[in-house]
Amino acid sequence: MERNIAQIALFAAMIAALGLVPQITLGFGVPITAQTLGVMLAGAVLGARRGAAAAGLFLLLVALGLPLLAGGRGGLGVFVSPTAGFALGFPVAAFATGLFVEHVRLHSAGLAAGLGAVFGGILVLYLLGASGLALVSGKSLIEAFRLVAVFIPGDLLKAAITGMLVQALARVRPQMLAWHRVPAGPRDFRL
Amino acid sequence: MISLTSPVKTRAHHWPAGLKLAGLCLASTGLFLTGSMVVHVTALLLVLALYAAPGTAFFRAGMCGMRVVVPFVLILLVWHGVTGDWQSGALITLRMVTLIGLANLVTMTTGLEDLVEVLQHLTAPLGRLGLPVHLLDTAIPLVIRFTPVIVERAGTLAEAWRARSCRRPGWRLILPLTLQALDDADHVGEALRARGGPLGSPQQEP
Repeated sequence: MERNIAQIALFAAMIAALGLVPQITLGFGVPITAQTLGVMLAGAVLGARRGAAAAGLFLLLVALGLPLLAGGRGGLGVFVSPTAGFALGFPVAAFATGLFVEHVRLHSAGLAAGLGAVFGGILVLYLLGASGLALVSGKSLIEAFRLVAVFIPGDLLKAAITGMLVQALARVRPQMLAWHRVPAGPRDFRL
Repeated sequence: MISLTSPVKTRAHHWPAGLKLAGLCLASTGLFLTGSMVVHVTALLLVLALYAAPGTAFFRAGMCGMRVVVPFVLILLVWHGVTGDWQSGALITLRMVTLIGLANLVTMTTGLEDLVEVLQHLTAPLGRLGLPVHLLDTAIPLVIRFTPVIVERAGTLAEAWRARSCRRPGWRLILPLTLQALDDADHVGEALRARGGPLGSPQQEP
């Protein structure tokens, strides 16, 4: 239990750090921050409940006024801004990603995590993000979606990276991925 | 790390945080309920006056915090301009700027401790329902403590990368970063347990 709290807190810190560290931005002309990559990773590594808790904890600290969102944003203003839907969608996205990896049994952990990230971190997150934008800007959902769709290629890349990271993680720390069933052999060395 | 709080102490710092948050909620709801242009312009001027009241240093810090809104304002205005409904475009933009300005004002004048106290009051009923909200008291400081640690570690990893390669490090830093975070979580978990832990039901605490 203490370990769960520590993992949730450390992943919340990871989500924050991935949005703040300039070296990790994925540059293609426009710098893309890795913050949503952190959200996908939280769901894919910790699973639905703990992943959502990590993203929720991160969001709570943003609401308390810490400048943890990408670009040093934070505070209560975030929750009335046009991107509020994306911010509030973080825990839901992590939960959906976790739900996917926990229930869709695939042989490859990386593939499961990558597809889970597409489902949670793109499909679910953009649905919520576009709804938020539509609400704040007074436009229809379709129009709002058209505006945010430019970011989808970058997020597809992040989903692919999530898959690769989880694949590597499954190899070096298989006991960390509670949802991943190791195909054969004993795995009773977990702590 | 940059701070979102005000560079100067204002009178609003001494107001109860709960009252400020309640005022923010009321003002936000009010602005969403009305479609009157006059009310919105007045509200924006009022917010600007609140920013200007504590002096130039406060005003400048506040406007700095509002800079992130500029691209959204441009997008919204152009967007509504193209579709031809200037009236509603102006109203929506005004409302957005006012709401974000007001919310930032609360963040600027309210310390972290005060907000955490409000949070504890708000979550207390949930705790009585059996939700483990007392764990937040452990989790929040952990995140605040470990975010700069992870940021610093990413910097160290990037330096090590640069010493060996002339390419950008990019996402390749994330795997070692995640591994270290997971290992840290194990150590922190053990340390918490060794000290009695944040766990058990809240009633057990003195």
